[in-house]
Amino acid sequence: MNSNAPADDYMIPLRLTWDESLLKVQEVSYPKPESRKYSFSEKPILVYTGDFEIQTRFQAPAGAPIGMSVVTGKLRYQACNDSMCLPPKVVEVRLPVEIRAR
Amino acid sequence: MIPIVRNVLFALALSGLLLSSCTPAKQNAASKVKQDGDRKAAPDFSLKDVNGATVRLSDYRGKIVLLNFWATWCGPCKIEIPWFVEFEQRYKDQGFAVVGISMDDGGWEVVRPFLSRMGVNYRTLMGSEMVAQLYGGVNSLPTSFLIDREGRIASAHLGLVSKSVYENEINELLSAPVTRSAAGVPPVRHLAGGAD
Repeated sequence: MNSNAPADDYMIPLRLTWDESLLKVQEVSYPKPESRKYSFSEKPILVYTGDFEIQTRFQAPAGAPIGMSVVTGKLRYQACNDSMCLPPKVVEVRLPVEIRAR
Repeated sequence: MIPIVRNVLFALALSGLLLSSCTPAKQNAASKVKQDGDRKAAPDFSLKDVNGATVRLSDYRGKIVLLNFWATWCGPCKIEIPWFVEFEQRYKDQGFAVVGISMDDGGWEVVRPFLSRMGVNYRTLMGSEMVAQLYGGVNSLPTSFLIDREGRIASAHLGLVSKSVYENEINELLSAPVTRSAAGVPPVRHLAGGAD
């Protein structure tokens, strides 16, 4: 599927966004993409294949509720191969987190 | 008391299932134009073109139409577009037309400059989910239908197929005798509304 920066203006990038009402997002880190040449593109496209990880660093603001919670987010992605493309999709992501007093 | 997030740094693992649903498509080189009796009516629709004009598929009755669902973000679609430009140029005087249906969410703001950049010489319409549903959902792009002079689907192609497949099919339909119904342009049943 397309990476977060597929190197083509018309390609739809992978994007993970979080609802920040509980925790603040400090950083979303996408893995290093593969550079692949496809028959439809003059230059290589930056893509993800197989399994990969996206990391997010959260910060708990003062007054955040102590205990277990769930952070929700949305992942937008779009995939192609050499002969066809699937339409862009958005899937909901639910992440259980535990907020502890320090 | 300062709250901390347990497992502040987490990894969201994405499996390959997203891509596995897009495994390499089979080339449809073996696809052939359906026999006359096996063809079904192409659902009529109305959509807007880049100038805001309402266009119905039934406007093309009597012509052979290559109906192509595509999008600017669809890489394989970019391979086909120059072929379609060539087909439009070469066959338009023989009663042939390419009609593109863009499935871009971004609308004409995105599509118009793309058409200009690609030198598209055929009519392009802004698609809708309703029209996509009429044509089986159009779950992947490109998806194309070759429609005969009587407004029936003569062949369908999901994904990229070779230029020669299209050429052969177009020529086969062009060489077929023009029937009275195609020449007489009888009323066409309007099956469903579109995006206008």
